[in-house]
Amino acid sequence: MVTWSSLFQSSWPKIAQILTVLIIFFGFYGIAFAAGARIKGKKQNSLAVGLFLVPALILVMTGLGVPAIQTFLESFKNADSSQWVGLKNYKNAFTDTEVRLAFINTLAWVAICPVIVTSLGLTLSTMLNKMKREAFAKSLIFMPMAISFVGGSLIWNLMYSYQEPNHPQTGLVGQIMMWLHIHLKHLLLWSPWNNLFLMVVYIWGFTGFAMVILSAAIKGIPTDIEEAAQLDGASGFRLFRSVTVPMVRTTIIVVLTTAMVGTLKLFDVIHTMTGGNFKTDVLSNRMFDENFVYLNYGRGAALAVLIFLGVIPITIYNIRSLRLERKH
Amino acid sequence: MSDKGHASSRPFTSPIASAVVTIVALLWTVPTFGLVVTSFRKKEDIVSNGWWTAFTHPHFTLDNFRAVLFSGGGTVGEQGMIPFAVNSLAITIPAVVLSVGLGLMAAYALAWIPFRFSDQVFYGLFALQGVPLQLSLLPLLTFFATGIKLFGHTIFPQLHIVGKLASVWLPHTMFGLPLVIYLLHNFVAGLPREIMEAARVDGANHFEVFRKIVLPLSLPAIASIAIFQFLWIWNDLLVALVFAGGTDDVAPLTLHLANLGGSLGSHWENVAPAALVSIIIPLIVFFSLQRYFVRGLLAGSVKS
Repeated sequence: MVTWSSLFQSSWPKIAQILTVLIIFFGFYGIAFAAGARIKGKKQNSLAVGLFLVPALILVMTGLGVPAIQTFLESFKNADSSQWVGLKNYKNAFTDTEVRLAFINTLAWVAICPVIVTSLGLTLSTMLNKMKREAFAKSLIFMPMAISFVGGSLIWNLMYSYQEPNHPQTGLVGQIMMWLHIHLKHLLLWSPWNNLFLMVVYIWGFTGFAMVILSAAIKGIPTDIEEAAQLDGASGFRLFRSVTVPMVRTTIIVVLTTAMVGTLKLFDVIHTMTGGNFKTDVLSNRMFDENFVYLNYGRGAALAVLIFLGVIPITIYNIRSLRLERKH
Repeated sequence: MSDKGHASSRPFTSPIASAVVTIVALLWTVPTFGLVVTSFRKKEDIVSNGWWTAFTHPHFTLDNFRAVLFSGGGTVGEQGMIPFAVNSLAITIPAVVLSVGLGLMAAYALAWIPFRFSDQVFYGLFALQGVPLQLSLLPLLTFFATGIKLFGHTIFPQLHIVGKLASVWLPHTMFGLPLVIYLLHNFVAGLPREIMEAARVDGANHFEVFRKIVLPLSLPAIASIAIFQFLWIWNDLLVALVFAGGTDDVAPLTLHLANLGGSLGSHWENVAPAALVSIIIPLIVFFSLQRYFVRGLLAGSVKS
């Protein structure tokens, strides 16, 4: 039985910790700003850089920069990082049947999900543009963005939950299959199609993001361009293909690449719904298992590096377009 | 333009578009609705038939919520869900405040203080934003536990934060910073040059410009990015698993929920209300501050 006093006892130190962190942070910068305001001349530039930028840089370097290099080195070492093993971990990633399956599944995720999410988002935002109750429909479709993928996975676990055929179903999907006289299956165990049913969760969670961003871009299309196209006789699908799509091309690419990075790193859905079993493993989940279940740090590191290699082309592309943008 | 003109300016014809949108909106809402209904049903009902039958034979109860929130026990844990909600808050609040606070100052420094390597630092941060955090999880965990050793020399002592809340919110702050800096930089760099220069001419230094001009003008951007960070950290599972996996004492709601619902054939009379408890706070944040949240997303993705 939970009592208020026991709850208070366990929560109070944590609330005190939150307050302490906030007081230290604001206290330190409060004093720094009061003192900094008095300093004039050239010295203040370096002092400001030191107080404004250096703390963030230190945190980013200890949190991301240095560990990334360490992981890269670990990927050439054995399970407990005591010996160098060359490319063995990478070789394993391509030869071990289980890891290879995770690899293939990840490729399938990256090939399928971003395209569906982006085209669905584009279709929806075009259709919704200027429609009655646009804002209401958008919030409904966008809502899963606020729900964690853990929560989303449980929501879909319930949708997919399975009972023996000819018994009352507890999952809505199974019930619909029964109504339609489709042969009933436990969808999450039905390899390889179960991968598609897991992708549904990601698509459900991420389409709202694509829709909202593309919708903003579509609303930014100058009306005179649309009107000129209409005067030329363009309408319906042709207007969509020859005006809407080219005008929001950059935004489409942003959404597509964001979704690609997201699917490459995808973890929560697999970990919560199948734990990587029933042939649904992906790289990110396999990496977690190598590190924390099989305690093979070398292999885990190699998989992390492989995920990184998948992200690199996207990052380079983004930096290039960022530089172009900065020059203009 | 008349309404008719509006209608023809839409690329897709109305009836089909309405039908598609309605179907998608339903598909996107029904699963969550099913969870909500399930969380109010009796255990015997949940295992014997689907939640949609609850409308023809209504039998609703609040017992599940009572169990999950106050009586504890069973699969939920001795103390129920509230301590995990407190953990989620104690992880999310410091991480959001620190990443947005430090991020805004860093963004200002990169945008308005001229110094050597400013551009290189900016692009470096942008590149780090692409580094999957999978790459840094284990070394960072080791660093918290044993400090940094390079070729046998200790160059940084161990931090005694393993198993404490700080070992969860600190990584979140670190991982969140590159994106926060990038998004806020977009905004801060776009502030009108005339205002900044006028203040400098009046004798204000960087500290005063930041406090009197940049901070007040950036409040909308700060709000939107803070909401974005809040949802991201509150909903995270991977960082929580790695840095709080060992102990229930610091585990956030998502982690506890993943453990609860992990097994197939789980106890839905516990899992459904627990899931609802965990998504209710982000949903409130989302629906009340949706406008800001969307603006924050757009700041990073669409050029103005």
